[in-house]
Amino acid sequence: MPPAELLSVRGCTKLYPGVRALDGADFQVRAGEIHALLGENGAGKSTLIAILTGVTAADGGEVRIEGRPARPRGPAQARELGISALYQEGALVPNLSVAENLYLGREPTRFGLVRRRRMEGDARLLLAAYGLQIDVTSPLGRYSTAVRQLVAIARAADLSAKLLILDEPTSSLDADETAMLFEVMRQLKARGLGIVFVTHFLDQVYAVCDRLTVLRNGRTVAERAVGEVSRAELVGLMLGEASAGAGYPARRRGAAVGPAVATFRGFGRRRRVAPFDLQFRAGEVVAAAGLLGSGRTETALLMFGAETADSGEVEVAGRPVKLRGPRDAIRAGFGFCPEDRKRDGVVGALSVRENIALALQARGGWARPLSRRRQADLAERYIKALDIRTPDAEKPIEQLSGGNQQKTLLARWLATDPRLLILDEPTRGIDVGGHAEILKLVDELCTQGLSIYMISSELAEIAATADRVLVMRDRRPAGLIEGAAVSPEAIMAAIAAPPGEAAG
Amino acid sequence: MTDLLGWRSRLPRGGPQLAALALALAANAVVSPDFFHLLLRDGRLFGSPVDILNRGAPTVLLGVGMALVIATRGIDLSVGSVMAIAGAVAAAGVAHGLPWGVSIALALGAGVACGLWNGLLVAIMGIQPIVATLVLMVAGRGVAQLITSGRILTFDEPHLLWIGGGAIAGLPVAVVVALAAAALVLLMVRRTALALFIEAVGVNPQASRLAGVPSRAVLVYVYLVSGLLAATAGVLAAADIRAADANNAGLWLELDAILAVVLGGGSLYGGRFSLGLTVVGALTLQTLKTCILRAGFPPEFNLIAMAGVVAVVLVIQSPAVGALGGRLVPRLREVRL
Amino acid sequence: MSWVVRLATSAALALILTGCGRSAGPAQHAGQLTVGFAQVGSESGWRSAETRMAQDAAKQRGVILKVADGQQRQENEIKAIRSFIAQRVDAIFLAPVVSTGWDEVLGEAREAKIPVILLDRPIETKDAGLYLSAVAADNTLEGRVAGEWLVGRLGGKACPVVELQGTVGSTLVANRKKGFQEAIAKAANIRIVRTQSGEFTRAKGKEVMEGFIKAIGGANICAVYAHNDDMMLGAIQAMKEAGLKPGKDILTVSIDGVPDIFQAMAAGEANATVELAPDMGARALDVLAAYRKTGQAPKFVQTPSRLFLPDTAAAEYARRKGLY
Repeated sequence: MPPAELLSVRGCTKLYPGVRALDGADFQVRAGEIHALLGENGAGKSTLIAILTGVTAADGGEVRIEGRPARPRGPAQARELGISALYQEGALVPNLSVAENLYLGREPTRFGLVRRRRMEGDARLLLAAYGLQIDVTSPLGRYSTAVRQLVAIARAADLSAKLLILDEPTSSLDADETAMLFEVMRQLKARGLGIVFVTHFLDQVYAVCDRLTVLRNGRTVAERAVGEVSRAELVGLMLGEASAGAGYPARRRGAAVGPAVATFRGFGRRRRVAPFDLQFRAGEVVAAAGLLGSGRTETALLMFGAETADSGEVEVAGRPVKLRGPRDAIRAGFGFCPEDRKRDGVVGALSVRENIALALQARGGWARPLSRRRQADLAERYIKALDIRTPDAEKPIEQLSGGNQQKTLLARWLATDPRLLILDEPTRGIDVGGHAEILKLVDELCTQGLSIYMISSELAEIAATADRVLVMRDRRPAGLIEGAAVSPEAIMAAIAAPPGEAAG
Repeated sequence: MTDLLGWRSRLPRGGPQLAALALALAANAVVSPDFFHLLLRDGRLFGSPVDILNRGAPTVLLGVGMALVIATRGIDLSVGSVMAIAGAVAAAGVAHGLPWGVSIALALGAGVACGLWNGLLVAIMGIQPIVATLVLMVAGRGVAQLITSGRILTFDEPHLLWIGGGAIAGLPVAVVVALAAAALVLLMVRRTALALFIEAVGVNPQASRLAGVPSRAVLVYVYLVSGLLAATAGVLAAADIRAADANNAGLWLELDAILAVVLGGGSLYGGRFSLGLTVVGALTLQTLKTCILRAGFPPEFNLIAMAGVVAVVLVIQSPAVGALGGRLVPRLREVRL
Repeated sequence: MSWVVRLATSAALALILTGCGRSAGPAQHAGQLTVGFAQVGSESGWRSAETRMAQDAAKQRGVILKVADGQQRQENEIKAIRSFIAQRVDAIFLAPVVSTGWDEVLGEAREAKIPVILLDRPIETKDAGLYLSAVAADNTLEGRVAGEWLVGRLGGKACPVVELQGTVGSTLVANRKKGFQEAIAKAANIRIVRTQSGEFTRAKGKEVMEGFIKAIGGANICAVYAHNDDMMLGAIQAMKEAGLKPGKDILTVSIDGVPDIFQAMAAGEANATVELAPDMGARALDVLAAYRKTGQAPKFVQTPSRLFLPDTAAAEYARRKGLY
């Protein structure tokens, strides 16, 4: 007997003014499976989730849950139907305790009073089932994103959810935390829940999912068992025929390498990162690889002056330079796209135009304003050149997709005509299409003579792009791989060099 | 924040604020029928609207400074006390025989010093603005009392009296000074890149710093401007009553200034600011006060009436009501179809 | 971070305190009387005058007077009283900032057998034995004196009056209002047409008077009654700026007797003020001296509420200028 269809969406349509967000999409989830929902930005994933959770109503098609037609009106009704969705920033209350969050709105009471002890005991048991042993009386906000997500999942599962929707839960988790989350997902699967897993990480699809559905332009283009689809095929499905097979565009290495642009010697800061040497020549990509916490991000922070180095020296275009802060670095011709775009990069409520003009304006000083016209021209130019998808330059940047935000940040630095661009995880949390575009941009910029320092946790990405790779381990440089020797295997080997010490 | 229904784009910017001011003025016209009656006498304009501008001048000045501070996600609680200090310095200056210009310069200098102190605490020491400025709010009034030795310092220096009672182009000096200062600050931030920097720092201080925005300098700057404007307001208030009243000058006006920013549609979470609408907010507030004072209610009802009216105005301006309006419009259209 | 705040606050407070406080030294000369004075603060000219006159009176009588500035906070005054008890002063003068919450600390003073004399304001307590005597003005009488002057001055002419109240909610305001109303109750020609709070300040007094003039017209106001001189000084300016002649077109009567109102009277811009005598310290010292001699003290010593008119204004101004 085939497994029961827990959720069945057929011919689902949703129209927004000028956009057909969903155009007859189908989507089936069985009880007891983890189902990956994949697609580029704009493919219709978010709209589909919004319909399932009752945030918006479909214009056509039908949704059935366990065979019965369902039209949830609002998240509360969706929850009654057994559908719970968890977003990256969960809806829990950070200043209530873990236990209070778990039982919010359904606290065990006696004579109208909350039975705190009992609630805390229950909470401890509930979390222990997921291998989570934490102080349930502490405020939830004290814990990491990972723990908060697990608490949210535990709460949803305990609310007798049948279908759990996880929307990019791993984008801010490190490897260990991700593994922990996967373990919990497998447990819930074993208990018969259906799990919808939205992610940008293809590796994770293969690691934890049973089946997958790919959406493109509002339609379902594939519904397959994970084992049947190769990585290349999957990328092809998501991007469409034109880009099929374009996993990562490989650079022509060393094609246009010029003179030294910036040289760091013995650059370091105590307790943050041990001194390292690094030289950038015009037109090359230097990458930093290493595990999370290996010190790779710290090298970038020091190089940009976001933290001040306490040892070493810098030479830019043959002249010594002092980096006391980002402003010094910018004056030296550096640009920096930080890892946490939302926190350290974009100025959310400001427009795309203002975000692009910001660094150039900051370098020019307050007294010499770029005219509105000049800013608009600048924005127009980069929106076109980098293919930033936004209706116009006045849209607040926070309303753009991750990939387009990243391109806007790139534009911000390109506007300053930099020598050296420091990119920390430039493709993190960006869909496959955006991913490829950004790597293509990196290649083009190098061809124009820029130097690029790129930090990435995706070895394949590094291998495809970098001329040289600085491998970091335990907050110190652990080797430099150059030219033809650059390959995922070589980097992996360098990271893991002394066996047993690699886990950072 | 969320603009799901797009009501903000549907209504012209500043519409709700101007509507609130119009309502407040209309309420006044009901209370006193000859409210809009203006009279030109001795080359000077008289009438209730002029009174409102005159009385509202300090709030306008404080509001403009507060709008900049709030745009950086800060708050300046010390402005009322800075007013008292500046008034005391100006009065003590002329009392000690200093020329009027020097006295005023000293008073404004005191405001700049206060602003600098606040700015350093916030930008360099990293103290939360509400705490940092509370220090001067509490201590400042004491400093002002120290300057006046605890008495109301009356003066009769003719130039200061002219500031209090004279007129420029038919308008009271205070009105001209306040509007000119507001315009000057507006030009200074909008004709330079300061507005962009202030908004960027308010929305995301960390990202701004990494983009090379001199965040600390921007913070010091806004507190400095706030202090200078508060000192200006302090000189105007002292000139108005021809005395420095260290105890009462500017008392609770910091709250009026915050309210002016809020009535002007500003968010206490920083970011976008509008000096023009803040001025509108300050004038709305003063118009409401005038209305209540003139309505002839027993004074016991003043605070309740004020609170009620302010609540109503804020509700009118709230996104929820705007959204309701936005929702009603298409519905009405459907009915017609 | 918090230490910075604490440092800054205490530095600023120290700055203020050095200006106003007298540090209470332990030295006590044999045979000399030591009195601790817990003063409200120095929030007004009148308050400073009260402090200064108490100090002068003490010096004349050879009494050591230790003044503690309460910064208008009850806890500071309570702390000061406890410190006076610890220093074993011979008597404590208290000008209470608020009327309630004194029972405990005054009980401590009684246990230490230190007599307490209240100045200027009453307290609410069930146990009147907590203090020896109270020296204060009768605020109702002040209002009545002001009202009676107006009745006499008008001689039957019809007169709409506007009233500038003090801060809403205090007994002081209620009494000054009541006294005035009592005085004009019999005069059918006088009636209060508007009343509004000027919060005891010049700025508010001016603003409210401006409002009155706009609302009912300057020609329809015959007299202004203000609960204190400062509000009246603001109102006088408002009248002048509206082209009216205070003291002539519109009569003025207010309470307190601060120097500036005498200046205004001398200039013909004000008509009358009722003095709230600031020499309460001297009277309290007299009560104390009598008590130490005879063991008797009156429970309430009422200070006079004298009416001052323009004829003596110039001289009074000269006399008071340095005091306030």
